[in-house]
Amino acid sequence: MFHLIDRRLNGKNKSAVNRERFLKRFKGQIKEAVARAVKDRSITDIERGEKVSIPVKDINEPTFGHAQGGVWERVFPGNKEYIKGDEFDRPQSGGGGGGSGGAGDGGEGQDDFVFELTREEFLNFFFDDLELPNLIKTQLQQTTTFKPMRAGYTSDGTPTNIHVLRSLRGALGRRIALSATPMEDLNAAQEKLDELLETCDEHDPQVIALMAEIREHKGRLAHIPWIDPFDLRYSNRVRVPNPTTQAVMFCVMDVSGSMDEMKKDIAKRFFILLYLFLERAYEKIEVVFVRHHTQAFEVNEDEFFHARDTGGTVVSSALKLVKKIILERYPSNDWNIYVAQASDGDNWDSDSPTCRELLANDILPLLQYYAYVEITEGEPQNLWYEYERVAAQYRHFTMRRIREAGEIWPVFRDLFKKAGLGERSAA
Amino acid sequence: MTRLAHTDATAEPLSTGSEWTFELIQRYYDEIARIAADFGLDTYPNQLEIISAEQMMDAYASVGMPVMYHHWSYGKHFLATQKHYQRGAMGLAYEIVINSNPCIAYLMEENTMTMQALVIAHAAFGHNSFFKGNYLFRTWTEADAIIDYLVFAKHYIAECEARHGEDKVEELLDSCHALMNYGVDRYKRPQKLSLAQERARLVEREEYQQSQVNTLWRTIPRLMEEREQAQQTPRFPDEPQENLLYFIEKFAPLLEPWQRELVRIVRKVAQYFYPQRQTQVMNEGWATFWHYTLMNRLYDEGLLTDAAMFEFLHSHTNVVAQPGVDSPYFNGINPYALGFAMYRDIQRICTEPTEEDRQWFPQLAGTDWREALDFAMRNFKDESFIAQYLSPKLIRDFHLFSVLDDDQNARLKVSAIHDEAGYAEIRRKLAEQYNLAAREPNIQVYEVNTRTDRALTLRHYQHQRRPLANSVHEVLKHVARLWGFTVKLESVDDEGRVILTYDCKVEKRHGL
Repeated sequence: MFHLIDRRLNGKNKSAVNRERFLKRFKGQIKEAVARAVKDRSITDIERGEKVSIPVKDINEPTFGHAQGGVWERVFPGNKEYIKGDEFDRPQSGGGGGGSGGAGDGGEGQDDFVFELTREEFLNFFFDDLELPNLIKTQLQQTTTFKPMRAGYTSDGTPTNIHVLRSLRGALGRRIALSATPMEDLNAAQEKLDELLETCDEHDPQVIALMAEIREHKGRLAHIPWIDPFDLRYSNRVRVPNPTTQAVMFCVMDVSGSMDEMKKDIAKRFFILLYLFLERAYEKIEVVFVRHHTQAFEVNEDEFFHARDTGGTVVSSALKLVKKIILERYPSNDWNIYVAQASDGDNWDSDSPTCRELLANDILPLLQYYAYVEITEGEPQNLWYEYERVAAQYRHFTMRRIREAGEIWPVFRDLFKKAGLGERSAA
Repeated sequence: MTRLAHTDATAEPLSTGSEWTFELIQRYYDEIARIAADFGLDTYPNQLEIISAEQMMDAYASVGMPVMYHHWSYGKHFLATQKHYQRGAMGLAYEIVINSNPCIAYLMEENTMTMQALVIAHAAFGHNSFFKGNYLFRTWTEADAIIDYLVFAKHYIAECEARHGEDKVEELLDSCHALMNYGVDRYKRPQKLSLAQERARLVEREEYQQSQVNTLWRTIPRLMEEREQAQQTPRFPDEPQENLLYFIEKFAPLLEPWQRELVRIVRKVAQYFYPQRQTQVMNEGWATFWHYTLMNRLYDEGLLTDAAMFEFLHSHTNVVAQPGVDSPYFNGINPYALGFAMYRDIQRICTEPTEEDRQWFPQLAGTDWREALDFAMRNFKDESFIAQYLSPKLIRDFHLFSVLDDDQNARLKVSAIHDEAGYAEIRRKLAEQYNLAAREPNIQVYEVNTRTDRALTLRHYQHQRRPLANSVHEVLKHVARLWGFTVKLESVDDEGRVILTYDCKVEKRHGL
C-alpha cells in the first residue's frame, strides 16, 4: 500500500516561529549588531538585511560530554605506514586526538554563529529604540508600490501577452520582404518561358530547364513561413513606482565641540527616520548635508558624521547656506523640500533672532516640513525661544528637545499623520 | 552484483528523461515494491510526500519530524541550514524518512527521476524495513503513535506557553534538552504511547504525581513507628538511577504539574530517538545496501537506462566514500560506507565464502544470504553488529588501525593494525567505539538528602580516567533549575573513590 502526497502547496514557513524565538532570545546581541550597522551605514542605505554574528559559546546548548584526557583508543581507516607498536607525537590540534593529523571529531568551529537578518527584521530592530507607533512601523516597512503601465511592444514575453495584431503585421511585412527577390526571379523566368514557348515546343531542353527553375522559385516562395517566432510581439508593461515625485532632504547639524559621538548618533537616527519616511512618499530623494559651527559648509555624508570641529556656533550661517542651495539648485516648484536640523541648542546670542527671521521670511515658505531636534539635557537657550515663536507661526515647523533616541518620533508625528504628502501646507 | 533469476534485458526502460511526474513515481514505486517483495523485505505502508527545498529545510530544522513543538534551538538549526544551503556549501539531504506507521518519506521536488527512485529504494524500503524489523526500534519506539503523540505534545506546550508565558516554558525546555541524553531507561521496556490514553490520564497523573512528591517531602512530624522506619532507610533513592529526567519528573520537589508533564514530553522524544543513535551504521548501511541492490536489479531487468544508472552510481559512490585518516576530507568513519560494506560482506560470505571466512564465520558460509542479512538487521545494534560481523577482509579493505592515546604517556601508540594478530582486537575496539554507554559520560542519580537541604547528588562513574568537559558547569545549572535545590556532581574513579566534585548551589527556594 502506498500514498503519494503533494505537500509543496503546504506552508513552507514552518520554522518561522522557531526563527522568531531565536531572534527574541538573542535580542541583546542582535540589537548591538544593528546599532553597529546603523553607525556604519549611510542614511540612504538603511533598508537592507544585515549579517549578525553571535559568539558560538552563547548559543551552545550544553550537554554532558567528555574532555580530552584519560585513555582513549580509537580505530581509524586508511592506515598507510604504521605497524603495531609504532609511536608518534600527539597532534597539536587537540581536537579529535589520535590519527596522523586527522581532523578529529571535536575540533570544529569556535567561529561565530552568523546569520542574515531580513530587511523587515533589521528595520524592526532599528525601530525598537525609536518607540514608533505600530502603524508607522508598518507604513515604513512597506516596500514601494508599483503600478504597471503600458510601454510599447517587446520581442519577448509570456504567451499571454502576445499582441496578435502587431505579430501578424510583422509577419506580413516579413513575408513581403522575403518574397520580393524570388517573386521577381519567378516573374522573369515565367516571362522568359512564355517567350520561349512561342518558338519551341514543350520538350525543348531550354524549356525543361526553365520549368525546373520556375519550380525552384515557387518552392522558395512556399518555404517562407507564414508566421515565425521572430514575428511575435508582446505587449510590454513596465512597473512604475508610485508616486513619482522628487524630494530633497537637508540634514543640518551643529558640529561644534559640544556635539559628542552619542549626540551625533541620535542625530543620525533622526535623519534616517526622516529619510525612511520620505522614501515611502517620493521616488527620488536627494540628500544634502550641511554642517556648521561659526561657518557652514556643504559636505558629504562621511565628513558630515565623522569630521570634528571646535569653536563657537552661528546657526544662521547654516540657514543662509540652505537658502542659497535651495535657490540655486532646488526650485521649489519642482522639488519637495524637507529640512531636518539637529543641534545641542548652543548659539551665539545675537544670532538667534536672525535665525528666526531667516526661517520665517525666507526659508519656511519654500518648504514642506522643517523638523528641529535639540539633543541636550540642559536648560533651553535663546535659540529654542526664538524657534518657539516660529513654531507658533508655521504649522509645518516642529521642534523637540530630546535626550535619547526614543524621543525623536513625536517630532515627526504631524508629518506621518498626513496621509497624502502632495499638497503644500504653508500656513 | 549477483545476477538473479529472471533477467530480462529487453524490457522497455521506465523513463528516459530526468524529469519526474506523479505517474512515473507511481510506476517506479510499483516496480521497486515488486522487487523488494521478491527479496522478502517487510515494511510499514509507505507515504511519500513531495516537498520543496524550503520545506526540506524546515523539516531538517525540527529534527526531521513533521510536527514538533516550538523552540528557539530549532530556529538556530534552521538559520544554520539555510546559510549553508544558500552559500552552496551543502546540498540538502535527498531524503528524510520518519519512523512512523505509515512510514513517511520526503521526496524533494528538485530531484531528478533517478534520484527519486533512489530515495524510494533507500528510504521507503531500506529504512522502512529496518524500522519495522530491528529489535531496538520495536522495543523503544511506537511507530503507530509517534505522530499523534507529537501533536499532543505540541498542543500541550503551546497551551503551557499561553498559560504560563513563553519564557518560563523556554527555560524549562532548555534545561530538559540539556539532559535529553539522560532521559532514557536503557534496560527497561518503556510504556506504550497512545494519544487517547495520554489525554485521559493526564489529569489523573498530575494529581497522583503531586501527591507522591508531597509525601516524600512532607515536613509534618511523623508518627513514632514511621520515624523509626525512616531511620532505617537513610538513602534515597535506594539504588542509583540512570534516567535523570525520569527521576526529576517524579521526585523534583518544586515542579508544578505542567512542568512535570513537559519533562515527560522531552523524555519521550529522547526515548523515540534513542534507537537511532545506536544504529547509525546498521540503519544507514541497510538502506544503502538495499537501494544499491534494488536499483541494480531494476537495471538488470532493463527498466533503467544507462544514463540513469550512471547518475545513480555517481551519487551512490559519493555516499559510500570513506576518506582515509590523513585525507583533508576525513571526518570520522562514514556510517554509510561501513554499514554498506558490512552487509555486502555478509552477502559475499554467504554466497562466495573463502577459506578465511569459513574459519571466522562458520555459521554464515554457504547459507541463504537473505536470511543471514535479515537476522543481522533484526537482532543487533551497531556495537554488537560490528562485534559479530566485522570480517578480516573488511578490516584489510578499510586499512583499519587503532591508536592508543593515554594521557600518562607522552606519545600515541599504534596498538593494532589490519594483520592476523590485530583482527580480533580491531573488531573489539571498533565495536567499543560504537558503545553509547562508553561514548557518553556515565552519570547517575546517587543520592538525595531528604532530611536537611534536599541537595541532589549525581555521580559520574569515570571510564578509562576520562574527565568531563567544561560544559558540566552549565549543565549542572540546568539540573539545579529543575531540581530547585543544590545539585552536586561527584566524579568517581574506577576504584570507587570520589576524585572531583562540582556543585551548583541554590541558596533560597524559588519556583521556576
